[in-house]
Order: sequence, then structure tokens, then C-alpha cells
Amino acid sequence: MKKLLPIAVSLAALTAMNVSASTLEDVQARGVLKCGVSTGLAGFAAPNDSGQWEGLDVDLCRAVAAAVLGDSEKVEYVPLTSKVRFEVLKSGEIDVLSRVTTWTFTRDASLGLNFAGVNYYDGQGFMVPAALGVTSAKGLDGASICIQTGTTTELNAAEYFKLNGMTYEPVPVETSAEGRQNYIAGRCDVYTTDASALAAQRSVFEDPTAHIVLPEIISKEPLGPVVRHGDDQWLDIVKWSHNAMLNAEELNINSKNLDERAANAKDPAAQGLLGSNEAKLGAMLGLDKQWAYNIIKQVGNYSESFERNVGKSTALKLERGLNALWTNGGIQYAPPLK
Amino acid sequence: MSTETKKYELGMHPAMPPPANSVGPVRWMRDNLFSSVSNTFLTLLGLYLVYMILPPFIEWAFIDSVVFGAESRKECLAIMGEDRGACWSFVYRRWGQFVYGFYPMEERWRVNVAFILTAITVAVVLIERLRANKNILIGAVMLPVACYFLIVGGSFGLVDVPTNKMGGILLTLIVGLTGIFVSLPISIMLALSRISKLPIFSIIATIFIEFIRGVPLITLLFIASTLLSYFLPPGSNFDLLLRVLIMVTIFSAAYIAEVIRGGLAAIPTGQYEAADALGLSYWQSMRLIILPQALKISIPGIVGSFIGLFKDTTLVVIIGLLDPLGIGMAAISTTAWAGLSTELYVFIGLFFFIFCFSMSRYSMHLEKKLHTGHNN
Repeated sequence: MKKLLPIAVSLAALTAMNVSASTLEDVQARGVLKCGVSTGLAGFAAPNDSGQWEGLDVDLCRAVAAAVLGDSEKVEYVPLTSKVRFEVLKSGEIDVLSRVTTWTFTRDASLGLNFAGVNYYDGQGFMVPAALGVTSAKGLDGASICIQTGTTTELNAAEYFKLNGMTYEPVPVETSAEGRQNYIAGRCDVYTTDASALAAQRSVFEDPTAHIVLPEIISKEPLGPVVRHGDDQWLDIVKWSHNAMLNAEELNINSKNLDERAANAKDPAAQGLLGSNEAKLGAMLGLDKQWAYNIIKQVGNYSESFERNVGKSTALKLERGLNALWTNGGIQYAPPLK
Repeated sequence: MSTETKKYELGMHPAMPPPANSVGPVRWMRDNLFSSVSNTFLTLLGLYLVYMILPPFIEWAFIDSVVFGAESRKECLAIMGEDRGACWSFVYRRWGQFVYGFYPMEERWRVNVAFILTAITVAVVLIERLRANKNILIGAVMLPVACYFLIVGGSFGLVDVPTNKMGGILLTLIVGLTGIFVSLPISIMLALSRISKLPIFSIIATIFIEFIRGVPLITLLFIASTLLSYFLPPGSNFDLLLRVLIMVTIFSAAYIAEVIRGGLAAIPTGQYEAADALGLSYWQSMRLIILPQALKISIPGIVGSFIGLFKDTTLVVIIGLLDPLGIGMAAISTTAWAGLSTELYVFIGLFFFIFCFSMSRYSMHLEKKLHTGHNN
């Protein structure tokens, strides 16, 4: 097995390049987009009671399907654990990975993958029982901490504790549900993960006020969709599917008013985005001119997707915060559609 | 009642009933529960533990629980009020997902038909009186074919349902039953090859068995889900479920082969020699003399492996197939149901217990039935 592995890996590197010459053609021929998502994470990707997948990450899959196939329902969701996600993407089993994946240098540079944007800016935080009497992450010396394995949170926690000269005892968990159970059962003093997930976890506790999220955010966690190296056209398609949603929000175009805006000849920016004037933006991506129209019509703009899945009306009650548009004090900034 | 006593001749008195404390439940309790001071103590301790655990559990699971009428954990809690019981609503609302996974709603009758056919066939094969009929046995052999066409579709006017839509109990049964029924003949062949006098057979079988047994199932599943597609030509679509089925089958076959080899080794050499002396060919002696005895001894081990295999099917969740546990984990991570976990594990535990306990009882029944009154 030990001798087999390098052979397998080099073979993998060889074949990874020609897994598919054109992902776009593959997807169009297949008629369905294969999208890797979480096995279940509130607000980002989880099946509802009738078996429909829902969430912010799921909306990104739906947006790409709407752009490429004209139908946001033509998505095959492949639930993936954090351990296998990159392998499955590289092996060509899925076309795009949209699974709260943090964009880091190492992942971008060494895994043979490309990040196509950031659909949620997150940061890692700590949650502790209020009864513990800790008010700052600096007071966590010697604590046992529930951490999801194979994630960037593992490395961040190690780095943060080392930097501050503190020690901790990791309690590895596989899924967020497992992490929550371990934390509630008292098998760890602290639960650490992205702040959005902490808010989600805390919202379902018997008594949310008995737990506090410490003020320190110890990392940058830009979460975004990932594609394979070697297919720039596909990278552009995923990137601009997300950017189209952002630009639509910036232009105040949503799923309700888009027909009206598309018909308004005095509104060239909206017409360009929605493909109702002479600018042939879709063709440059290898798509038809309705690509962005389909996204906004079927999925909505970024704000609609955000509010529907994680916003104030949901149980997660997340603020836009960093994820507000740059015009509203956030850092969601999409290059212009020109 | 007359107080008059009858006179009997000496020694002719009919037998009196035994004293009340030496028959029935009282006798049984005296013999089994209170036979000594330490046993009495342990009995009382056991009763106390049952008393401590059972009533609260019943109250939690049945009396204070909510099944209908709630669409989220919040509503469950609101209905329950102060008495916190189990919130079974998520099982009720997601029952379809637990049974069929994401199988299309309008096609689910096909799975139901397959379930009913399987149940009938299993009953027929397991009940001896019906098994005698040859026609019925032929029907049983046709079952997997019928189930395949029903569940996968794509012919006879049935819509094609991709395997990634299959999940929940359907997935567990597909993986578990296929693994069990396909691996048994393979494992018999492997066991016979391994003890074969022809080196080519025994070497290949030994390498195969030892390699598979030396690798955890989860590794084989990883290979199936990720590594395998590197070796296949680009664009080829080798179904993930099929890959998993193959891996599970060869894994189970390697283990059962060793159990059967143990059974074969336990058969006295005299039996082999007697078979040879009768002039039976290799296959005749195996079929008529050796295997019936060897398999009989191996039953507990084989069923043990089957039970292990059935439970191992939950591992497929790691490679993204949603078995009942995966469906449940996804359910409790939605905003509506987040926070429920005990209910999920109790439910899944019950599901596996029913199947595994039935298998175990059937194995005991088989052992009793096949017991010939002497150990070889």
C-alpha cells in the first residue's frame, strides 16, 4: 500500500488535468450540475422536510445551474464531509464545491484548486458556558476544546493558543452536530468554529443565554465556492454567477422587479446584466444572454439569498456585517459587469 | 367442600400436587433470582436499576412526547410545555426521507412494491414448509432482478431513478442485503480456494483475503469514492452506489471466508476420506458431505459477520451517501430541528436493533433445527 500510494498520487496528478477538457460542456451534456455541499449545516446547506436542499451554499449551486442550464433545479447535491471534499472535487465527481470552504493560501496554491469568490465572510470565535466565568479568549488556558477535524479552525486554534502562550486539550469531532452534543454534554469546555455556525448552534440551545460567544474573532474565514485547476472558463462561470448576484443587489435588481428593469431602456446597467440589450456578456462565458436573468429570476440577488437563509428572519439571525455590500459598510464587492 | 377424608390403601394414594413454593413462578424465582444471598442482592439491585431507568424513559419516550402537529423543535417544546419529553415530530415529518432518502415522491410506490416482494421472499425462504416448493424457490431467485428493475427503473415504462436519490432505510437494505447475499457464495469459493491443494488457487485466495481483512472498511469506501475515479477513463460514469456495493461485498466475503474456513477445518479428516472412498468427485463430496457440515458449524460466525456488515453500512455517510443516520444528522442540523439528538439516536438504534436481533434469533433457530444431537 505504501508503494502504491505515490503511484496513485502521481497518476492522480496526471489524470486530474484531463478529467474533463471542458466542465461546461460536460455539465451541459449531462443536463445537471453536480454540486458538493455540506452533509447538513443550518443556513448553508441542509435538506428541508420535503427533501429540498436549502441554504446560502445551495443557492450558489442553484445560481450556477441557472446560468449554465437555465434551470436552478437541475442540480445534483452531493453531501460531503470536510475530509473528503477536496478529493471528491479533484477526482471529477463534482463540478463545483460549495461547502463553507475557507479560502487559504495553502489550499489555493497546493491542492490544484481555484477559489471562485467569497459568498460568506466569516471568522472563528469561541463559545463557552456563561457559568464558566470567562469573558475573554485569553482566559481559556488549559481548556478542553471541541474542534471539527480537517478544517482550518483546527489550525487557527493551535496558532492562537501558541501565540498567547496557552495550552488546550483538543476534543476532535466530525460534524457540527457532534460538536454541539459534546459541548452540551460537557465533554469540552469550549466550542470553537466559525462565528456564523456558533450563532446557529447557540440559537437551538435550551437556554441560549447560558452560553456566550467570546468577543475575540481569531481568524479570517472567507468561505467560497471551489473548482478544479485547468478550466478557466468554468472558474469564470462560477465566479461571475456569484458576482451577478452581488451586482444585482448593488443595482437594486431582485427577483420581483427584474422584468420591469430589463424592459427599461434608460437603465443600461440593468439591461446589460439581464441580457436585454446589445451587450453580449453571456456569450463571453460560453453561456446564453439570459444567464444572469435566470440567476436573479430563480435564485434572487445576494441580499434575497442571504435574508432567506441566514438573515434576521431566520433562526440564525445573522447580521449582514462584513457581508454587506461595500456601499453599505461591508466588504462584499463585485467587479463591474462591463 | 367436604372435610371428610377418603381412605386409601397403603401406597395407593394418588400423587398430591407439589407444594406451592416448588412449582410455577415462585419456584422459578427461588431457583433463579433468590437462590443465594449474593443473587438476592444482585436481583434487588437489578430491579432498582430498572425502576430508576424504565419509568423515566417511558415517560420521556411515550407519555410526554410529541409526534404530530409540530413543524419544528420550537413548536414541539411549546406543545410539551413544562414536561420535557421526546420530540418525535422530526421522524414523523421526515418519515419519507428516513425510508426512501430523496427518491422521487411519485415513484415511491415502486420501492414499496420491492419492500413487500422482499418481505414475502424472505419469509418464504426462511419458512421450511414453503421452501419445499420448487416454483417458489425460483421466484426467490428472481427477486433481486425484479427489485433492481423496480428500484432503478429505466425499462418497462418505469422512469429511471439515479442511485444518488436513494437513501435512508432503502439504502441500508440495498447495501446490507446485497452484501449479505452476494458475499456468501463468493466467500464459500474463497474458503475452498484457500484450503485447496492447488497453489495458484490458495495463493490468490490467501492474498485477497489477507489484503481485504488488513484494511478497514472505511478505507475501502474512500478508495471507492475518490481514488477509483482516477483510474477510470475520463468521462466514464461508474455509479458510486455500485462501487460501494462491490467494496462492501468483497469486504464481507473476505471475513466470512475465514469463518467458513474455520468450519471446514473443524470437519474430521475421516469425513473427507470417507467421501473419497465412496468415489465422489471433489464437487460432489463438497456439496454432499463437507459443506453441509462445515456451514452448519459456521452459522453463528456467519450471522455474526452479517450483523456486523449490516451495522457497518452506516459508514457510507462518510463518503456522502445518506443512510438513516445520515438523513437524521442532516435533519437535526436544519434550523427547524436543530438541537434534537437523543431522539435521533434512539430511533436509529431501535431500527438497527430490530434487524440485527431478528437475524440473531433466526441464527439460533437454525442452529437448533440443524442440531443433529451429536457434535460430529
